[in-house]
Amino acid sequence: MTETEFLLWVRGPALQIATIVFVLGIVARILQMVMLGRKANLAEARGSALAGGLRTMVTRSVPDKGTFQRSTFTIVSGYIFHIGLFVTIFLFAPHILLVDEVFGLSWPALPTPVVDATAVVTIITLLAVLIHRLKDPVMRFLSGFSDYLVWLVTFLPLLTGYIAFHRIGLSPTMLIALHILSVELLMVLFPFTKLMHTFSLFIARYYNGAIAGYKGVHS
Amino acid sequence: MSGPSLEKGLAAFREQIDAPVAAFFNSCMHCGMCADACLFYTETKDPTRTPIYKLEPLRKVWQQEYTFWGRSMKALGMSKPVTDEELGQWEELVYDSCTLCGRCSMVCPVGNDIAYMIRKMREGMAAAGHAPDGLIGATKRAVTIGSPMGVKLPALQAQIRHIEEDTGLEIPLDREGVDYMCLLSSMEIMNFPEYTAALAKIFHQAGVTWTISSEAFEATNSGIQIGVSEIAAELVQRIVDAAEKLKVKAVISPECGHAYMAIRWEGPNLVGKPFDFKVVHILEVLDELREQGRLKITGKEMQRLTYHDPCQIARRGGVLEQPRRLLDMIADDFVEMPEAGVMNWCCGAGGGVSSNERADDLRLKVFNRKKEQLDAVQAEGLVSACANCRIHLEEGLEEYHMDLPVLSLTETIAEHLAEDKS
Repeated sequence: MTETEFLLWVRGPALQIATIVFVLGIVARILQMVMLGRKANLAEARGSALAGGLRTMVTRSVPDKGTFQRSTFTIVSGYIFHIGLFVTIFLFAPHILLVDEVFGLSWPALPTPVVDATAVVTIITLLAVLIHRLKDPVMRFLSGFSDYLVWLVTFLPLLTGYIAFHRIGLSPTMLIALHILSVELLMVLFPFTKLMHTFSLFIARYYNGAIAGYKGVHS
Repeated sequence: MSGPSLEKGLAAFREQIDAPVAAFFNSCMHCGMCADACLFYTETKDPTRTPIYKLEPLRKVWQQEYTFWGRSMKALGMSKPVTDEELGQWEELVYDSCTLCGRCSMVCPVGNDIAYMIRKMREGMAAAGHAPDGLIGATKRAVTIGSPMGVKLPALQAQIRHIEEDTGLEIPLDREGVDYMCLLSSMEIMNFPEYTAALAKIFHQAGVTWTISSEAFEATNSGIQIGVSEIAAELVQRIVDAAEKLKVKAVISPECGHAYMAIRWEGPNLVGKPFDFKVVHILEVLDELREQGRLKITGKEMQRLTYHDPCQIARRGGVLEQPRRLLDMIADDFVEMPEAGVMNWCCGAGGGVSSNERADDLRLKVFNRKKEQLDAVQAEGLVSACANCRIHLEEGLEEYHMDLPVLSLTETIAEHLAEDKS
């Protein structure tokens, strides 16, 4: 297989398989979760479960003061790398071009140097996050294989993308193929790992807020 | 609770797993923030006491039986099933190291209601025979005698006679058609008869009709704390039967945190139907009387007071503003502790911990969290609205050599009632 053939396979059949697994997997996992259902609450409500649920879906993004002081690194690094991932994935001109080609959807990009700098910051933050996980007594104790796997498959597309953009080492064809392959790895593992939290956290927050909201408490 | 077994425990786990549990487990990224929200971790620095880790056996059952990946691994014989020994190891984490205070549920960035899951996990732990002896004893007494502390009707009647002599007011027993049926915790009957006296004084002044049922006066519910829904339902049913028999408009939950959660929020769900009467917390009743101008107060407490929110009344119960409005009437110098209200720190003895002698040293150790919160405001009096918190607060303050009186909000209000003109 030549480099070009490899790229064509990665961009063709591999991408199709990954996309199918990604989309169907996410839908199936969400259904699997939600369809477990929950019992109707027979206690007289004091507040609205719906309003509480929707509210917590948003407000849980902002920690209270005491929590921020106790978990500063986790919160700040979490913010940085999540925003960094969003910027590098969705606001990088070549990515938007790709979406435009496939779906005919397009939106404004950030200037490439800005995205490039964001990528560097995000890579450094993700490395710091890994070191934190390995050093913090609680996080190290809680973490298992899947936590490190999830970190790795999130990190690889960022790293390969950065290397491909700066054309370091291998040929441009090989670099872009490896970058796409790393994204496919992420997509295939996504529905079966905690990467699903991207979607399920909103469901979790909804339930949390709904349970509290029913009792008239903002959670 | 005849014949507990691992199978029964795991079956109970399966029965408890619902959409929220699946969404919660699926979303946990092991960030560890719940550890810093939990006084059992912050005061021991023991990572096994991280709230989400206390649920590990329940999570395993969810993962192995409710996810594609887990089921595949299980089918291939590549997963380790939950064992009886494992549940035995977790007993200390699920019962001794958690008061169901729900502070972690407020902090989790993905929104996991961890306390909701601990409550569920205890159903499986109890069914598997891994509940603490202290709680098993309290639960047995609650079922057979009617009170976790073994308080019987004659003891209540004796206290009522004393209170009637002291106050010159009647404590109506089994009176039909009144507005309120008051529940009491055993702790209040035996240790704080002043609470019942306060009710008599306040209701007399406000012209509220009320009664205590001789058949269902106990407010607490050990069935919920240990995690046996059948028993919890039986205890709730006694109250329902008494309230219906006496045709009261509402049942008043006393100054007890979990009793309120049990009857107000879990009660109808346990017995499987909505109540025909209302359930209100005493602080809600007092605040309503205040609003209607029926609470006539004279004089104020001059020392600097602060208020400890009982977890199940405030964060898990929704009664947050009422105590503050009431305190505003009677406190000249009221100060809030840092993180008071919905983010308040638990005293360390709720959720059945105080009935579990094995946890005695631990609950006093973690009281250090409360001490630090109190130190920040230099209060001269600590007001609360839960007899269980109160006993533990008093014990904790003594342990840490802090000279601070612990006051009941209801009792303090009764002390400031204006002279009766009638």
